[in-house]
Amino acid sequence: MLGWLSNAALALGAFFFIAGTLGLLRFPDVYSRLHAVTKADTLGLGLVVLGLCLRAPSWRAVVMMLLVWLLVMASSTTACQLLARYQRERDQAEGGDQDARH
Amino acid sequence: MPATELLLDITLGVLLLILAGAALHGTRLYTGIISFIAFGLLLALVWARLGAPDLALAEAAIGAGLTGVLLLSALGRHADEPAQPGSAVRTLATLLLGVLVLILLLRAVLPLAQGPQPLPALVNSQLEASGVSHPVTAVLLNFRAWDTLLELLVLLLAVLGVRQLQPAGRPRPGVWPLLQAWSRILAPLSVIIGGYLLWRGSHAPGGAFQAGALLAAGVVMLRLAGLLPLLRWENGLLRLLVLVGVALFLTVAAAGAWFGAGWLNYPAHWSGALIVLIEVAATLSIAASLSLLVVGERQELGR
Repeated sequence: MLGWLSNAALALGAFFFIAGTLGLLRFPDVYSRLHAVTKADTLGLGLVVLGLCLRAPSWRAVVMMLLVWLLVMASSTTACQLLARYQRERDQAEGGDQDARH
Repeated sequence: MPATELLLDITLGVLLLILAGAALHGTRLYTGIISFIAFGLLLALVWARLGAPDLALAEAAIGAGLTGVLLLSALGRHADEPAQPGSAVRTLATLLLGVLVLILLLRAVLPLAQGPQPLPALVNSQLEASGVSHPVTAVLLNFRAWDTLLELLVLLLAVLGVRQLQPAGRPRPGVWPLLQAWSRILAPLSVIIGGYLLWRGSHAPGGAFQAGALLAAGVVMLRLAGLLPLLRWENGLLRLLVLVGVALFLTVAAAGAWFGAGWLNYPAHWSGALIVLIEVAATLSIAASLSLLVVGERQELGR
């Protein structure tokens, strides 16, 4: 039972990773790409960690994996915000240039 | 070896080759650098698969992380990318150099395929006398301490060289509160993990270079977030930090040569303590040097 649950979580996690990567490659602009890759990866990594936790040999391993998940989640969220803000500032600067030219 | 593991290893190997090609032959320098960082991370995975966690840690922290940041900041200092006309001579020279390096590497690697090597057993038989219980640390800081001393000297020379060149400063993007908040959380983590790697180095994978790289990452992040003042070269403490690793290592080596058994030959019952002392000093020096290399600007490295 636990093994099946773990397998299902791992497979679902892999699916989200693939979906996020597909979005990163195929979506048209920076914002939707960031959205795809960070959201899907956070969920995907969470599911993979869940799947591995169900198989973990000890509580120590479970806690360590959860900590890794938290750290990666926080860092990818922050990186996403920073990248999006940089892109927005650039967009605004370019928009300003175009307005000045017209 | 089960088929799935073989499949994973083959995939890793092929991806590594593709990324290496992309890093060398990318049309834009920026693409090349990003490929190089991805290459480093994947190489760390490969080392881990080969059962060499020391190399994996070093590759991830220094090869992918710090070298990548150094390359990116070097690129940032050149606003316009130089055009790269491909010429037949250059392709030919690349090929020639590649073949030569391949021959050299094959001469080193091929003997490994012929069965177990005598060196691991030799190291393990002398491990008792080295003062530490991790064979890699024993080799790096005792049996072949010369190599590590010279590595530290190379790093020192690099910092001095960059200081002589005085690279031009570049405008930094504005500092955002989110970046500041996040670096306030990450910087203590880099100290904890760096300290842990240093402490662990005496009995398990880890050590001065990895710990120093992590500490430097924390310093660089705080500096980029505007939370640290300029790292000024005039600051005596900073200069001391840069020099302390090489200075202590040389002192120990010279003291051994004058009073003891010889150059870099530690007295037996002190060797453990001496190695830890050298590792701590080397970590501080590496962290200070790498931070200066990455965020050092004209005001910071100049006179």
